[in-house]
Amino acid sequence: MPSGPKPAASAPASASWPEAVLGALGRRVLSLRGDIHDAAKIINDTVHWTFISPFKGRPIRFRASISEMVKAGYNSVPIISVISLFVGIILALQAAYQLKRMGALIYVANLVGVSLTRELGPIMTAIIVSGRSGSAFAAEIGSMKAAEEVDALTTMGVNPVRYLVVPKLLALMIMVPALTIISDLVGIFGGFLLAVTALEIHPYNYFQQTVNALLIKDVFTGLLKAWAFGIVITLVGAYQGFKVTGGAEEVGRRTTASVVTSIFLVVIVDLFFTGLFYYFT
Amino acid sequence: METAIEIAGLQTHYGSREILKNVCASIPRGKTTVILGGSGCGKSTLLKHLIGLLKPTKGQILINGSDITRMDEDEMNEVRKKMGVLFQGAALLNSLTLGDNVALPIREHTRLNESTIKIMVRMKLDQVGLSGFENFFPSQLSGGMKKRAGLARALALDPEMIFFDEPSAGLDPVTAAGLDELILKLRNVFRMTSIVVTHEIESVFKISDYVIMLDAGNVLYQGDLAGLKASDHPRIRMFLERQPEQETYSPDDYFKIIAGD
Ligand SMILES: Nc1ncnc2c1ncn2[C@@H]1O[C@H](COP(=O)(O)OP(=O)(O)OP(=O)(O)O)[C@@H](O)[C@H]1O
Ligand SMILES: [Mg+2]
Repeated sequence: MPSGPKPAASAPASASWPEAVLGALGRRVLSLRGDIHDAAKIINDTVHWTFISPFKGRPIRFRASISEMVKAGYNSVPIISVISLFVGIILALQAAYQLKRMGALIYVANLVGVSLTRELGPIMTAIIVSGRSGSAFAAEIGSMKAAEEVDALTTMGVNPVRYLVVPKLLALMIMVPALTIISDLVGIFGGFLLAVTALEIHPYNYFQQTVNALLIKDVFTGLLKAWAFGIVITLVGAYQGFKVTGGAEEVGRRTTASVVTSIFLVVIVDLFFTGLFYYFT
Repeated sequence: METAIEIAGLQTHYGSREILKNVCASIPRGKTTVILGGSGCGKSTLLKHLIGLLKPTKGQILINGSDITRMDEDEMNEVRKKMGVLFQGAALLNSLTLGDNVALPIREHTRLNESTIKIMVRMKLDQVGLSGFENFFPSQLSGGMKKRAGLARALALDPEMIFFDEPSAGLDPVTAAGLDELILKLRNVFRMTSIVVTHEIESVFKISDYVIMLDAGNVLYQGDLAGLKASDHPRIRMFLERQPEQETYSPDDYFKIIAGD
């Protein structure tokens, strides 16, 4: 190897070092901008085809919405019930651990009721629905994208967002709050079970205490959050699904990403709403 | 010769990579036009622009005189009602039966009642030799049957023009020939404008009235089949005579490529 050209070669190399960093940064920013653009487009299309076009004579696919409701809602009732029951029991145990020392065991009812309806019911439901339905949405749309089925819909003049996303959105906007109600009730029942057995609280007292502790507001804000979570989960699943350009391997990756992203965004939205309700209700 | 589609100065990119450089071509009405070219030269990309799935960087595509690159979604959908597309993998919706797949465009664009739609679906399936398969799901069919079902769906609304992306790829010779027959029949009986992307030379000789050959993002040849056969352009000859690409690297260059310098 001749040593002559070496200094000459290293000069452009050192000059291109900042160039490489800036280049990498620029690519990152550009791809982020592209992602934001794609996300905005899906949100925009979904809102349009759900809330605007039905009033312009392009009805929502009603039967498909029902079948999505069965898949996303009805079929998750068992798992949500079981988990909520256990969480209710756990909550009651944890609350009793502290309250017993102050001789205020009856307040277990307040703690279980309020924390479930305001927070844990909606968020547990949202996390389970993210894992069950959000991932299924991403996988379904992603594999349709990979098999050119989405392109086929477009060329038939069928808008893919209207055909695929709107029924799912409708299903989750209804089913996540509905599942949250089930989660709330079953969780409170779990707390009740523990209280009347292990804690030896009189069933009627526990019941009365729960009813007195819960405000309509608590339940309502919880359901409002659940509704928002349903929207977040659908949009993330759809976004990740439509992002697929390659084959099966990418479908898998996007499916995983949809679960992680939707849980993350659900927590962010939760933080936002909880902050809002804390100051404004 | 009346033109159905006029492509003018079409330039396209995927990201920053230029795929089509400057494509100018016209596709005659009521004829079968074949788009030819080597693998990766941009045939599918061109097709996706013709059916409005991708927007070009530059250039125009005039279908029946109006530029589809400037249309909004609603105007484009009006044009799409007159188009049928058969995708490379048939692209049937896997969650629907064959009958529902074929009925989908009819349900979407017409207000016919269910019994009429049923009859239309049976007719279309019969036309491609799939009568009796209405209640089968795509996963229960062979590749060739899927292709034919995809064709039935593309024909559902009696389109003026129909696009095929590699109709015979992955099919046995007999089924492929059957599909060629169907394409011929569409032209002869229904005077349909067909645009077929393929690299099966035999099928080109059989079905084409007009040939557009792409090479490296440009149009290498356009005209009738006789002209193509008579052409003495070396790349066209290579394609028609199935010759391998000439070795263009010197041994030194080749060493540089594999060493990654
Ligand atoms: N979605 C995409 N993103 C980026 N590049 C792409 C994409 N699709 C195709 N390309 C590139 O564009 C070029 C042309 O692809 P195209 O699919 O149009 O080729 P083709 O002529 O249809 O080839 P074949 O005969 O193999 O189907 C290829 O080099 C390919 O790498
Ligand atoms: Mg192709």
